[in-house]
Amino acid sequence: MTEYALIDCNNFYASCERAFRPDLRNRPIVVLSNNDGCIIARSNEVKALGIEMGIPYFKCKAQLDRQGVTAFSSNYTLYGDMSARVMRVLQRFCPAVEMYSIDEAFVDLTGVPGGALAFSRHLKATVENWTGIPVSIGIGATKTLAKVANRFAKKESRCRGVFDLIRSPEPDRVLRWTDIGDVWGIGRRHAKRLRSFDVQTAFDFKQLSRDWVKRKMTVTGLHTLLELRGFPCHEFAAGPVPKKTIVSSRSFGHPVTRLEHLLEATAQYCTRAAEKLRRQKSVTSTVLVFLETNTFKPGQPQYSNTMSIPLQVSTAHTPTLIRAAQSGIDHIYREGYAFKKCGVILSGLEPVNGRWLSLLDLPPDAHDRHAPIMEAMDTCNARWGRDTLKFAAVGINGSWRMKRELCSQRYTTAWKELLVVKA
Amino acid sequence: MKRDTRCWQLSGHWVGRVGLLASRGAFELPLSGESVPAGFPSPAEEYLETPLDLNAYVAPRPEATFFVRASGDSMIGAGIYHDDILVVDRSQQPQQGNVVIAFLDGEFTVKRLARSCDGDLVLAPENPEFSPILLTPETDFEIWGVVRHVIHKV
Repeated sequence: MTEYALIDCNNFYASCERAFRPDLRNRPIVVLSNNDGCIIARSNEVKALGIEMGIPYFKCKAQLDRQGVTAFSSNYTLYGDMSARVMRVLQRFCPAVEMYSIDEAFVDLTGVPGGALAFSRHLKATVENWTGIPVSIGIGATKTLAKVANRFAKKESRCRGVFDLIRSPEPDRVLRWTDIGDVWGIGRRHAKRLRSFDVQTAFDFKQLSRDWVKRKMTVTGLHTLLELRGFPCHEFAAGPVPKKTIVSSRSFGHPVTRLEHLLEATAQYCTRAAEKLRRQKSVTSTVLVFLETNTFKPGQPQYSNTMSIPLQVSTAHTPTLIRAAQSGIDHIYREGYAFKKCGVILSGLEPVNGRWLSLLDLPPDAHDRHAPIMEAMDTCNARWGRDTLKFAAVGINGSWRMKRELCSQRYTTAWKELLVVKA
Repeated sequence: MKRDTRCWQLSGHWVGRVGLLASRGAFELPLSGESVPAGFPSPAEEYLETPLDLNAYVAPRPEATFFVRASGDSMIGAGIYHDDILVVDRSQQPQQGNVVIAFLDGEFTVKRLARSCDGDLVLAPENPEFSPILLTPETDFEIWGVVRHVIHKV
C-alpha cells in the first residue's frame, strides 16, 4: 500500500511575511491582491476577528487599522522563492515529491525508516527550522485521504500539526468530522446537491453506492468515492502538466485612457506569457488580447472587446508575440474610455519538439532561428534578475503599473532589499 | 557539467557567449582557457573536473541559506564590518561560540552566542566599545540563524 502525505504550508503568504518579521508572529496579518484590491490571505488571528476573505481593502481599511491588523501588498517574488525552498527541503528528504500548488505538495512516504508518522514529525520540524515556514502534514492511503488527514491535523491542536489517518484507531470518526464541502474534488455545486440528499460529511459520501455516485457525478465523483474508501485513483504526478493556455493580465494601478500606455502594458504581459511559454517548452499558434473598462463604476461609459490573432508559424519569440498582440490592441482600442485592465492569452499551445508542421509552413529551421536569442535573454534574466534585459516596447515607467504600496522587501532575490541586522 | 569550449572562441558570437556566461554557476573558474585546435584530442580531457562553485562552498544547503546585510561596528573583531553581507544558515543548530542572528526587542542583531564569567548566556559583541547583552529567562528573544560566512568587499 502506498502511503501518501500532504504537506501544506500554514497561511502561506502570511507565514512568508512573518519569516522576516518575527514581531508579527501571533499578530493579525492580511495580504492583498494585485493593486491592493481585496484581501486574499488572512492569518488565523484575522480569521478570529471575523474578517472575511475577498473583501475590498478600501472597505475594511478603517476596521483593520483599528484592530491592529498589518496589511501587505502581495509580494509574489518572495512567496515564490519561499515556496521553492520548502519544496527543495521536501525533495532532499522524501523519496518522491509532487508539487501540487505554491503551498502544497504530496509526497510518497511508503516504507520510510521509522514509519510515516515519526518521519513526518521530523520533516515538519526540519521545514520550519530551515525555511521559517510552518507546515501541517496529513498521511493517508490515497491523496484524498491525505487531504482529509491534513485538514484534521491543522484544525485539531492536539495533533500538533501532523495526523496519520492510516494508523488512526477510528478513521471513520475523522471522516464524519469532515464536511462534504471540504472533501478534495467535490466542488461547491456538488456539495450543495449532495446536502440536499442528506449527505453532510465525507463519511456519508463514502457510504453511497458506486452506481449512484457515477450516475449523479460522473467518473470524477466516482474517483473521489473510491479514494475515500482507500483505493488510489489519482496517480502520483512527477512534474507539472504543461498548460494548454497561458494568461497574463493585470488590473492597472490607475485607469488608463491612452493607447500608448495600453500598448506598453500589452508588451509587458506578452513578455511574461512568452517566458512561461518557453519555460514549459511550448510554442503558441494564437494570441488573444482583451481590454475592458471598470464595470463596477456606474455612470462611466463602458466598453470591452477581445481579438484573436492567429500566427502564421507557431512560436515562442517574444517580439513576434508583442507585434501580434499590439496590433490586436490597436485594432480594438477606442478613444474616450477609462480602461481598467488588459491582457494577453496564448492558446493553441503545442510542445516545441512535437508540433505539427504544414506544407504551407516556412521551413522548419525558421521556427528555431530566434530560439538562441530568446534563450540568452531568459538565462540573463534568470541570472541577474527579472527585466535585466527587456523590450523597449514595455516602456520605462508607465503609470499603468500595479499599485503595491504596502509591499515588503524582496528579502531573498534582490541584493538591495536584504534584511538588515544590527551589528 | 557540460561545457562547450567552442563558445569561448567565437568572440563575435555574443549571444552564445552571454548565454553561456549566464548559465554558469555564480562563481566558477574555467579549468583551461587555452584554445584547442580542431581535430586534435585534448590531453586535458580525461582530467576534467567540475569547476569550483563558490555557492556550494558557502551554501551547501541553499534552501536554508539566507543573505542579510550587517549595519554597525559591534562585530569588527569577528571580521564583520558595516555593509557586509552575512551568509546565514538556518539549518544549523545554534551552539555556544557561534555568531548568530538574534531577534531581540523588535530588531535583528548579529552577535556571538557566549557565556559570561558568571556562566550566564550572553549575546557578545566583538568590539570593546560595546557591551554584552545578558540573556535571562525573561528576555524575549529568538535565534533566527547561524552566520557561516561574511562577504566583505576589499
